[in-house]
Amino acid sequence: MDMKRDDELTRALIAAIGKGLPLEQKPYAALAEQLGCGEAEVIDGIRRLAMRGDLKRFGVVVRHRKLGYRANAMVVWDIPDTRVAEIGHAIGEFTFVTLCYQRPRRLPDWPYNLFCMIHGRDRDAVSQQVDQIAAELGLQQVNHRILFSGRCFKQRGAAYRQPAQALDG
Amino acid sequence: MRQFSPLEQQLLNQFQRGIPLTPTPWADIAQQLGVYETTVLETFRRLQTEGVISRIGAVFHPNRVGASTLAAMAVPEAQLESVADKVNQFVEVNHNYEREHEYNLWFVVVADNETRLATALDEIEAECGYPLLNLPLECEFFIDLGFDLQWT
Repeated sequence: MDMKRDDELTRALIAAIGKGLPLEQKPYAALAEQLGCGEAEVIDGIRRLAMRGDLKRFGVVVRHRKLGYRANAMVVWDIPDTRVAEIGHAIGEFTFVTLCYQRPRRLPDWPYNLFCMIHGRDRDAVSQQVDQIAAELGLQQVNHRILFSGRCFKQRGAAYRQPAQALDG
Repeated sequence: MRQFSPLEQQLLNQFQRGIPLTPTPWADIAQQLGVYETTVLETFRRLQTEGVISRIGAVFHPNRVGASTLAAMAVPEAQLESVADKVNQFVEVNHNYEREHEYNLWFVVVADNETRLATALDEIEAECGYPLLNLPLECEFFIDLGFDLQWT
C-alpha cells in the first residue's frame, strides 16, 4: 500500500464528508468518483475514521433555527478549576444542552472557563433552562452569562485550504 | 416555521447519526421506514434546498482532525457587518455568529494543523483590526448524539 496516497486520500475524504454527502442514489460511489478511488475505499475510510474516534456522528446536521428553535445561547461559567470536570459532565447530562467544553480564561478580559450550548424555542425557555442548571447543580453564586446569538453570518462544515482534488493516484 | 410531515420528522430526528455505510443508504433507510428509496432521497434533497438540513455528513471531534479554535472579537456595532464579512473571507472560518455581549462576534476557525491555525488567526486579526480572543478547546464533556427535536 502506498502510505502517502493513503494519507492524501484520508485527508480528501475528511474534507468531503465534512462538507456532506452528495444526495445521489449511491452517495459513496459519487464521492469515490470525485476523489478518484473506489466506493469500498470511501466506505471503509469512513468506518475507519469512526472506529478511531474522529467522528462524533455521521448523519443529518439540522439548522435549529429553521426548525423553530429560534433562541440559541452560549452559556459561559467561571467554575473553580478543581470542579470544572465534575460540573462539565453534570451540565452535559441535561438533554437540552448540545455542547459542553472547557476553554481557557483570558484574564482580565475573559474570566469564563466552561462553555455550554443550549437551543430553545425562545429566550424565556432558554433562561429558565439556565436557571434550572444553576439550581440543580448549586451554581447560583457562580459568575455566568448567557450570550444569545444574533445574526448568523456563516454556517457550514469544516473546509481546508488544501484542495480536496489533490489526489491524482 | 412550516409543518413537517411524519416522514420528514423521522428523517430529521432518527438519522442525525448512523447513516448506513452501505452502497445504497437511502434504500436502507427507506426499507426501515417502509417507504420508497426515491421518496427518502427527494425528501432529503428538499430539506437541504430549504436549508432545514445544512448537510448529511460527518461531525468531527474538535482537534482530532486538523486544529480548530473558537475566537471572539469586540467590534463596534456599526462595524459589525463589515468585520463579519472580512472574517468570512477566510476559508478557515466555518461558523460566524453575532452574540449579545461586549465580545459580539464569535467564530470557529479550522485548519490542517496548529501552525496554519495560528497563521490564520494572525491574518484575521490583522485584516479586521481588532484584538482576537483565542479560546481553544481544552476538554470536551459532552458526547453529541444529535439533537432530540420536540415536534409539539
